[in-house]
Amino acid sequence: MTDTPTTPEDLTARERTDLFPLPDETLDALRTRLVRRAGEAGLVDVAYRTIDTPLGPLLLAATGQGLVRIAFEREGFDAVLSTLAAKVSPRVLEAPRRLDAAATELEEYFAGTRRGFDLPLDHALSSGFRETVQRHLPEIAYGRTRSYKEVAELVGNPRAVRAVGTACATNPLPVVVPCHRVLRTDGSLGGYIGGLDAKSALLSLESSA
Amino acid sequence: MTTTIPYETAIAQHGPTVLRVCRAVLGPGADAEDAWSETFLAALTAWPDLAEGTNVEAWLVRVAHRKAIDITRTRARHAVPSDDLPEQTSRRGIPGQDDGVWTAVAALPERQRLAVAYHYLGGLPHAETAALIGGSAEAVRRASADGIRALRATFTAGHSTDGASR
Repeated sequence: MTDTPTTPEDLTARERTDLFPLPDETLDALRTRLVRRAGEAGLVDVAYRTIDTPLGPLLLAATGQGLVRIAFEREGFDAVLSTLAAKVSPRVLEAPRRLDAAATELEEYFAGTRRGFDLPLDHALSSGFRETVQRHLPEIAYGRTRSYKEVAELVGNPRAVRAVGTACATNPLPVVVPCHRVLRTDGSLGGYIGGLDAKSALLSLESSA
Repeated sequence: MTTTIPYETAIAQHGPTVLRVCRAVLGPGADAEDAWSETFLAALTAWPDLAEGTNVEAWLVRVAHRKAIDITRTRARHAVPSDDLPEQTSRRGIPGQDDGVWTAVAALPERQRLAVAYHYLGGLPHAETAALIGGSAEAVRRASADGIRALRATFTAGHSTDGASR
């Protein structure tokens, strides 16, 4: 704490926090209580939490309808939350309990003990052909892969290979909606929102489990 | 356009400021915590309709002002007279610790205390603070300056806290 003889008008943000300290545990407890009451009042439109996985931290976000977004750290969690606020609702709160089921299933998946997900999904961030493709992706079985071309045929639009690529690249629910199982026709990886290392890690997890 | 800021961000950025305001207005106890909760719950309800570009902190401080008034009224209705004043423990030697400064804030004359709360801690301009607590902008300026000077003299210099009490 400094003893600089400033006038009261110069009260700085730093001095405000030094001169008027608050216990961190009080703020934490208040935030926890707020999230609980907001949940009871139906005011949490988007709940989120982060989990640690072999691919690094993942952000999970859900609406009342279901899981709406899974994000890799490289996407920037703040940017992802801002997008959710803009596109779904700004009532975005960190409410880990609301994502317990998703966290458990993902943990089992990464441990190799789960081959499919049994979670309600909210496709609010997708529309049109992209959404159609993303809704079909879970038909590719665990441990199997398809080419972009094959997926285009699967959704009944065999010439839309590039659009299938875009649909995979913009999948808001990676891992759970298995866009990592879609490869180029020559077997090379193509792209992945979580990075190619993440894509190959998921494929090797599924081929070894 | 309405806000696209995740509410969690607003809590993280402005939660401490609002709690300081509530503590200065209501004392560092359960009333302040209730006012904080009511403020952030009411603000969450209104959040999707908040106009883009609104000064979120000032808006929250004004909500806190209304909630503090509600709580003061409720408390007045349920007040129970007591012969026992809460014990005042000495905090000599540990400036800036525990509720020391908050006890001193609570002991300020009311005008100074409210001016410190809304202007210094809440960041509202003098005129806006005056609109909330009455009086002129100039009177608010003096009251808040006097209040802060008293608190700073007590705490920044590392003195004991007793001097600020009366």
